Amino acid sequence: MNKENAVGTAEVTRPTLPQTRTVTLTVNGTEHQLQLAPWTSVLDALREYLHLTGTKKGCDHGQCGACTILLDGKRINSCLTLAVMQEGKEITTVEGLAKDGELHPVQQAFIEHDAFQCGYCTPGQICSVIGLVNEGKAKTLDDIKDLMSGNICRCGAYANIVQVAQEALERRTGL
Amino acid sequence: MKENYTGKPANRVDGHAKVTGTAKYAAEFDAPNLVHGVVVNSAIAKGRIKSIDTSEALALEGVLEVFTHENRPGYTWLDKHYQDEDSPPGSPFRPLNSDKILFSMQPIALVVAETFELARYAALLVKVEYEREPHSTDFEANISNAYKPKKYKSTPPPDPRGDAEQAFAAAELQLEEVYSHTAQHHNPIEMHASIAIWQEDGSLIIYDKIQGVQNSQEYISNAFGVPKEKVQVYSPFVGGAFGSGLRPQYQLFLAVLAARELKRPVKVVLTRQQMFSFGHRPTTAQRIAMGASPDGKLQAIQHNAFGETSTFEDYNEDVVIWPGVLYHCDNVQVSHQLVSLDVYTPLDMRAPGGTTGTFALEIAIDEMAYKAGLDPLEFRLKNYTDTDYNEGKPFSSKELKECYRQGAERFGWANRKMAPRSMKKGHQLIGWGMAHGGWEAKQKEAAAKAVLSPEGKLEVSCATADIGTGTYTVMTQIAAETMGLPIEDVSFKLGDSSLPKSPLEGGSWTVSSVGSAVKQVCEKLQEELLKVAQKNGHEIFKDAKPEEISFANGRMFLSEAPAQSVPLLEVLALNEGKPLEAEVSAKPAKEQQKYSSYSHSATFAEVQVDEDLGTVKVTRLVSAIAGGKIINPKTARSQILGGTVWGIGCALEEHTVMDNHLGRFINHDLDKYHLPVNADIPETDVIFVEEKDEIVNPLGAKGLGEIGIVSVAPAIANAVFHATGKRIRRLPITLDMLM
Amino acid sequence: MRPFTFTQVQDVDSAVQEVSAEGAKFIAGGTNLLDLMKIDVMSPSHLVDITKIALNTIEETEEGGIRLGALVTNADTAYHELVETRYPLLSHAILAGATAQLRNMATNGGNLLQRTRCYYFYDTQTPCNKREPGSGCSAIEGYNRDLAILGTSEHCIATHPSDMCVALAALEATVRVKGPQGERPIPFAEFHRLPGDNPHLDSNLQPDEIITAIDLPAQGFAQHYTYLKLRDRASYAFALVSVAAALDLEGSIIKEARIALGGVAHKPWRVPEAEAFLRGKEATTENFRRVAEAYLLGAKGYGDNTFKVELAKRAIVRALEQATKMEPTS
Repeated sequence: MNKENAVGTAEVTRPTLPQTRTVTLTVNGTEHQLQLAPWTSVLDALREYLHLTGTKKGCDHGQCGACTILLDGKRINSCLTLAVMQEGKEITTVEGLAKDGELHPVQQAFIEHDAFQCGYCTPGQICSVIGLVNEGKAKTLDDIKDLMSGNICRCGAYANIVQVAQEALERRTGL
Repeated sequence: MKENYTGKPANRVDGHAKVTGTAKYAAEFDAPNLVHGVVVNSAIAKGRIKSIDTSEALALEGVLEVFTHENRPGYTWLDKHYQDEDSPPGSPFRPLNSDKILFSMQPIALVVAETFELARYAALLVKVEYEREPHSTDFEANISNAYKPKKYKSTPPPDPRGDAEQAFAAAELQLEEVYSHTAQHHNPIEMHASIAIWQEDGSLIIYDKIQGVQNSQEYISNAFGVPKEKVQVYSPFVGGAFGSGLRPQYQLFLAVLAARELKRPVKVVLTRQQMFSFGHRPTTAQRIAMGASPDGKLQAIQHNAFGETSTFEDYNEDVVIWPGVLYHCDNVQVSHQLVSLDVYTPLDMRAPGGTTGTFALEIAIDEMAYKAGLDPLEFRLKNYTDTDYNEGKPFSSKELKECYRQGAERFGWANRKMAPRSMKKGHQLIGWGMAHGGWEAKQKEAAAKAVLSPEGKLEVSCATADIGTGTYTVMTQIAAETMGLPIEDVSFKLGDSSLPKSPLEGGSWTVSSVGSAVKQVCEKLQEELLKVAQKNGHEIFKDAKPEEISFANGRMFLSEAPAQSVPLLEVLALNEGKPLEAEVSAKPAKEQQKYSSYSHSATFAEVQVDEDLGTVKVTRLVSAIAGGKIINPKTARSQILGGTVWGIGCALEEHTVMDNHLGRFINHDLDKYHLPVNADIPETDVIFVEEKDEIVNPLGAKGLGEIGIVSVAPAIANAVFHATGKRIRRLPITLDMLM
Repeated sequence: MRPFTFTQVQDVDSAVQEVSAEGAKFIAGGTNLLDLMKIDVMSPSHLVDITKIALNTIEETEEGGIRLGALVTNADTAYHELVETRYPLLSHAILAGATAQLRNMATNGGNLLQRTRCYYFYDTQTPCNKREPGSGCSAIEGYNRDLAILGTSEHCIATHPSDMCVALAALEATVRVKGPQGERPIPFAEFHRLPGDNPHLDSNLQPDEIITAIDLPAQGFAQHYTYLKLRDRASYAFALVSVAAALDLEGSIIKEARIALGGVAHKPWRVPEAEAFLRGKEATTENFRRVAEAYLLGAKGYGDNTFKVELAKRAIVRALEQATKMEPTS
């Protein structure tokens, strides 16, 4: 806190800048040490500091779902949590889904079903479908639609996204 | 056998990039020493900035500069230097130009700092004092001041035919109503963003969210007086736009301004709230007066639209062309007047004019069908037209009747009882409605370049965009098929201003325009291949003319002797290891001028309306489309599905609310501006009817970006009437209107 | 967002101590707090991360009810076996709100403390008495479709946005809080407050108190309940009107009825006298209508939201009918 004294005119008090600290984030199995102030969201940490831009910013307020990531396997909005609060958690982003160059089945299904157009909400939708399967609460078509309603697709690919989700759930339940 | 890639479903060629997160959008490029800009917006709708104090923001370590009208460098001042390819007539808004406030949320400062968080914080410290003037944002209160613009942005409303007023007065069946909707905002999920990188030689590299990189290039070049060659704009992926990227938005100007002044790369990303601070689908009111004979023949249509515009530009769209395009009626009078308000200029939004005009006309038609006691589909058939009466030209093709037939059959329309409130399940009133629509199939001049490498890899390019429409994919299909190459050997490049000239990506004309250029450039490349073969004395092709040559499976042959084919690699080898290139500019053929070309749609909708609570749920949709040749049925279906989602939003959810006390759009985020979510979307059937059209363009494809939306909202509104007996003429239809 | 200092605490006592500092706030799920900090509606200078405190269990109480830890997520609460089987009304209400993502983050304590979604509260360039006391209310004369019709004041017509709280009100939960003076229980009906002259205060929780748990009494109304939520889209939208209805029936006779309304007031709205009217009565539409009328006595529309008065009445009738017939949600 050494910036408190004004350097300009006498009336101007220099506002306090937040101090940074070392924050260790585990992203897609890799530990990253970042110098972050507390005001950095997980989303901004991923996009601006780790340059993992696969996770998208669509509203920055939890109103669109584009920033959906998996935190210990569950879906969250990465724009509404602070990086400093997620040390020790396993963060999975769209960049961490393909293994050894092979797409995750949900990624592949998005291509096959043309479940996107512009592609911007897609990483969030994909993480959301995987979260939906992990969470295991969707039993009916209406459940799927409701539990996927946290991801807005302005291009309107919903019908195809639902097909991907149904397929993913069937695969998981072995139906 | 030659592989036909067009007409067959294909996965998106950019699909892998999009599902892995490697597709990079405007805000996602990195540059050394990149800094972040955050915009400060005006709190008032009209007046001037009395003072703007940036000292507290500037005192923060890491804040580089705060740009305002007071310190922005002087630039060119002529209006034409700020006009872009999609500018309406008038004087374009110039960011940070003066202390004058023209609309609420006008950008008034750009704070640039080392990090995004710091810039966001510093933006809070900019202190602004305003001198308010009374603003005027109330559309209805100002409709009496509507005026006819000196110049229309699009084509002026068609001239009157016959005598609509007299025919209306004489008609036995009459209807006169007003149809309206408030403003809507595009809200692509990717927020508008630009990165401007200043180079030592004064040139600029720009990443921009835009539907036409050359539009941004030209705009920046003009506004900043930088030669075009020194402005390079990239936009390889666009996270939706729907028209919001037709004009360069203010973050581009501000990023460039800051980058030039600071000599650092600058990124400016708008917030979701700021996505409500520029163009939008305008508030409109439409008076329709319609007359018909007792047997249901239209006698007169008057369609008079009033659309919102700003105080500085005259925006209009084709709201009133639809009576002349969609119906046979001899007495038609239309007009489009503007209501100037203290708002930002409206901006083309998916099917501009079509969405608005069709919604009104198609509800009116439903109303008239009921007055005539005719099934709404039968009524439309009775008033069917094969002529575009606005132009007095026949349609180059029109399979709308087939849309009716197939759509009605799939939907089960024949079982519909005419009377409203005739179907019920528990508390749910069930209604069936339909509507039809059209969208012009335009071909614009577009250029393309093709490069065939010595290894037989083809790269075709054009400075167009893929905003999710599938441009990358369909162009690759067209090129692969024309050249007879495996699709894996073909790539298409776009979103780079140095590529061959492209029109804006919009208006559903990209396949028609760029697709035709791609086809033609491949044909030119074939001629080049023939020349190479002949120059090198290749025996088979010695006397061959270009039209006698065919290409398939990576081989070239005389069409009449496919057995004696030669691998392209062999011909390419004769070219001394150099790639072969061709470039064309494709123009619409003269023949097209004799015809009018439109795609058509027929939408059938089922809704459930709770008899007590008024809640509306769309439970079934069938959209039948006549769109010429469908290049890629898979991506085409997605386009139409997307259009139906938009139609549902337009019918039931989307409206931006103007608070007239504040002169401000007040529901400016995605919590309060509702876009349809997954749970809103019913089972939807998309039908493409067979439609052959050899006139519309060399591909016979009409474009599908807008046709999917136009008839959806009126079909839903008509279904709501059928369910409830209540005729709602104002969108969106919400539960309080139906309780 | 303004700068703030950050600390993480491991137990309730240190949390209470940390939050006593000027400008300090707790953060757990963060879903509403960070949302508001980004647009400068809230600007704490110190954030106390309480997510590591062991308030993350759901247990049965000696009184035969259950205790919901304040830090259990909304999702874990809604899907918890005890909640699903014994308090399905609560489960349904939680799942009617927000999205899967948000419910995975948001905590029970935070749900109680979420702020209004009034358009003007969210826009710092407009007057709002809740955000900036004394600046005026833009909503009363402005756009107020989503806003309150009951218990409003001339200073504020904001609504409380929670679905969960509507069910908790109907179930007569108790909020357990701890402050420097120790623990105290707050009956749910007294937890949130009406705007009155101090619309900036949402609840009666003191700034230096922490919510530790929410207790539910034994009676869970698991046989006859409904959470009916009416909104402008099918999911991911706040309620225009919602009704948590719970009935204890003996045959067709009502032994006890609970009705709480959401989306209509600064707090979940209950009228115990009107509920009492139903006691011993037949579960008929006629009786439900009379209760509905009583519930909306004194309701006042402000233009865009006037329709809510009638809508709420119809919703009450429908919810009670559904509860009677055991159709839990719509």
